[in-house]
Amino acid sequence: MSLFPMTGTILKSLFRKPATRAYPFVKRPHIAKTRGSIEIKIDACIYCGMCARKCPTTAITVDRATRTWSIDRLRCITCNGCVDVCPVNKKAPGSCLAMRESYTTPTGTRETEHHQGPEKAPAAAPKA
Amino acid sequence: MANRTIIPFGPQHPVLPEPIHLDLVVEDERVIEAIPSIGFIHRGLEKLVEKKDFIDFTYVAERICGICSFIHGQTYCQGIEEIMQLQVPDRAKALRTIWGEMSRLHSHLLWLGLMADAFGFESLFMHCWRLRETLLDEIEATTGGRVIFGSCKVGGTRRDVTDAKLAEIVRILDGMEQEIRDITGVFMSDSTVKHRMRGVGIITKEEAQALGAVGPTLRASGVAQDMRTLGYAFFNKINFKTITRTEGDCQARCEVRIDELFASIDIIRQVVAQMPGGAVDVEVKGNPNGEFFSRVEQPRGEVVYYIKANGTKNLQRFRARTPTFANLAPLVKMLQGCDLADVPVMALTIDPCISCTER
Repeated sequence: MSLFPMTGTILKSLFRKPATRAYPFVKRPHIAKTRGSIEIKIDACIYCGMCARKCPTTAITVDRATRTWSIDRLRCITCNGCVDVCPVNKKAPGSCLAMRESYTTPTGTRETEHHQGPEKAPAAAPKA
Repeated sequence: MANRTIIPFGPQHPVLPEPIHLDLVVEDERVIEAIPSIGFIHRGLEKLVEKKDFIDFTYVAERICGICSFIHGQTYCQGIEEIMQLQVPDRAKALRTIWGEMSRLHSHLLWLGLMADAFGFESLFMHCWRLRETLLDEIEATTGGRVIFGSCKVGGTRRDVTDAKLAEIVRILDGMEQEIRDITGVFMSDSTVKHRMRGVGIITKEEAQALGAVGPTLRASGVAQDMRTLGYAFFNKINFKTITRTEGDCQARCEVRIDELFASIDIIRQVVAQMPGGAVDVEVKGNPNGEFFSRVEQPRGEVVYYIKANGTKNLQRFRARTPTFANLAPLVKMLQGCDLADVPVMALTIDPCISCTER
């Protein structure tokens, strides 16, 4: 039993750089695999609604008629489930839904984020 | 005879951010009886199996607890896999073992910090959490989340980790081992720390068994019970010893956890050394039909999941018995006859996780 078992650690800490960062001047770099927030490339979306059906917290709503994809960021738990089931992603990963490393900015109000897709391209004229 | 007074402890208490309420019946400074009451954060997660399909329920299972989240997901997935007779690839099992031990490491370091904070050793608390931070960074780099790993799924794991990254984790743990030894040495040898914990809150071997204690609380009383010896995941290929102490006091429970830190580092080393190759998941077809008791060792002790499926995509019944629930009876027992000032330390030594308990 000793009285000063912390002495070594204290001496080391005296000559070491601080363990904390001088936030907000020094920001923590994002780690590549971090599940930060969901991002959509709306042009590629086919409005199949798979992401909305699979979402465990029903944060996503997809409207095929108005071609909108909406997300309630405060409901989203960034589980990556929607990115996994997206059929567009199955052909080319990350082409429709993707997981961003950065988080969304803090907010005080609950707002749904809407993404409006482009008008549907007119169907090719039937061959005569 | 001194007057009896009732002093409320919690649900909001500086030492414990978890909402447990204890009515302490005291005579002068001595606690005669402790009457616990829980039910402040019941979320009805077990009922959710009727709404979520069995694959999506993994997300819910993981969120039962904020610290042993990964092992909750693993326990659930292992139960479903057993019902469906899925052959999970060895690599997925090995990855689950590594992540499970990493969560044990970060949970024990968190607990050591809270313990230091409970007896007023602020700098020791900071150092424990500084070490934990390094580990959390590695967890984030491999799974994408710091505490909610989200990497376990029915049939395997959702992510693979490259062999180079695994080697890097072992290197980091090698470096951390000496630092952990320096810091935990304070818990082991400092006289002021021992003054607060040695001989306090003794639970004998017979009492621990009779009251159904689990995990470090049970092992500190001399019972070598560890669910990892059942050989789930990759543990049948790992050589490790169950850590026990015989004193049964707060110091013994602290020492069991400290020794488990080094045991976990060694287990990760062994898994990485014999890392199998191949796929990390198998395709899941059909719905489960049957029932199973899934038992896994969490940082706090044994967790038991009862899963009953009836061939539809929703489970019929799901029940989780978490380690803290089993450890509440020993806590009430050890509080009888203790000093009022020792109550926070004792309440912490069972590593209470009330969110788990109430689900």
